[in-house]
Amino acid sequence: MKNTQPETGAFFPRDRDWHPKAYTPGYKTSVLRSPRNALLSLGNTISEITGPVFGHDMLGERDNDLVLNFAKPGASAIGERIIVHGRVLDERGIGMSGVLLEFWQANAGGRYRHKKDNYLAPLDPNFGGCGRAITDENGAYSLRTVKPGPYPWPNGPNDWRPSHIHFSVFGYGFVQRLITQMYFEGDPLIPLCPIANAISDPEAIKRLVAPLDMANTIPFDARAYKFDIVLRGRRSTMFENRPEGN
Amino acid sequence: MVQSLDFLKESPSQTAGPYVHIGCVPEFAGIKGVYPDQLGAAMVNDKTRGESIVITGRVIDGSGTPLTDAMLEIWQADADGLFNSPAELRGTADPNFTGWGRQPTAGDTGVYLFETIKPGRVPFPDGSLQAPHISFWIVARGINIGLQTRMYFGDEKKANSEDPILNRIELNTRVKTLIAASKGNTYTFDIHLQGENETIFFDI
Ligand SMILES: [Fe+3]
Repeated sequence: MKNTQPETGAFFPRDRDWHPKAYTPGYKTSVLRSPRNALLSLGNTISEITGPVFGHDMLGERDNDLVLNFAKPGASAIGERIIVHGRVLDERGIGMSGVLLEFWQANAGGRYRHKKDNYLAPLDPNFGGCGRAITDENGAYSLRTVKPGPYPWPNGPNDWRPSHIHFSVFGYGFVQRLITQMYFEGDPLIPLCPIANAISDPEAIKRLVAPLDMANTIPFDARAYKFDIVLRGRRSTMFENRPEGN
Repeated sequence: MVQSLDFLKESPSQTAGPYVHIGCVPEFAGIKGVYPDQLGAAMVNDKTRGESIVITGRVIDGSGTPLTDAMLEIWQADADGLFNSPAELRGTADPNFTGWGRQPTAGDTGVYLFETIKPGRVPFPDGSLQAPHISFWIVARGINIGLQTRMYFGDEKKANSEDPILNRIELNTRVKTLIAASKGNTYTFDIHLQGENETIFFDI
């Protein structure tokens, strides 16, 4: 029998050694923007185990299609056509349905459509760079886009970001909220990147690198990359010492 | 031999970067026409129950400079202390209140602003009542993992004095970093990333 009651157990604590630390001087902007005191550890209350949900009805037809969602009629974004797909799971391995994903990225030349980006690569008039999707009943999502180009950024004298797509992810509780980045298999810039290297465990960095997925490639159209995302798991609600009120 | 604890690891966080606006508040970034509206821009409508309030402030770095490229999200209960969430099993929250808001800090002044309502009190797991509060999540370039904190209300002295979380904070001198100053219906809540007034951030 399927348990349809929403889960209300507390989330597993974050492994703060697995995530990047706040202060990572190789990524210079973190120096003035990192809290120096220890975080205050607390158990979850109802403010943490609840969170907003988003319905599939809010999505437009082309929200997950960055090739077309900013393009003029009949036009499409310039670049290597790719599909990115995967599942959102929690740490227990359970597929999470109804998860809102928002993505943003540079165009194929490595330029963002943003007033603060003055990289000399040109804007693509048919590429906006944002998209979103909501996972299906199995936790699956997909998007179509062009592969973002690497770009230089002012950090060290010659730092280049590897090709990457930014992901913002909503779980079921506000404390599952996560922003991360997806990298591409085989990119030699990943091990050189101060932002990727803000993560100290190489095993953790690997979790952000999407493999080429030839099985889901559409012949003569678009290559596929598979990117699974894992959010915090939560304690079973059964047998939990949970006095009334929470 | 035992079975292995085969839990997965959470995907590691990465900074939201300087262009988070493109993905999360695209209209603010000047990208129009992709979505009909900006998510989280409106938390209330004219039928929302409760006391209308404004929350405003800045996110300030270790040099005293307000961040002009940050994004904040807030999450709170409705006027009766109920959350608009499937995991809310105590009742049905006000359908005219989302409980969730998202705003960038202004590109010139670094000021953020939320129009919302004052939340009711919600229970702590031991059954006691928490003081009215709003959960904050702050991301920006240079922030490697989203910062979690809470805002309490400066005009709720009695409730604050009873709050189980505020009372748990050993460094009493830092409690004030979680309490927004009130003036009329406006609450000012500056978030200090570093320095003498560094805000208390939670691992929660
Ligand atoms: Fe980027």
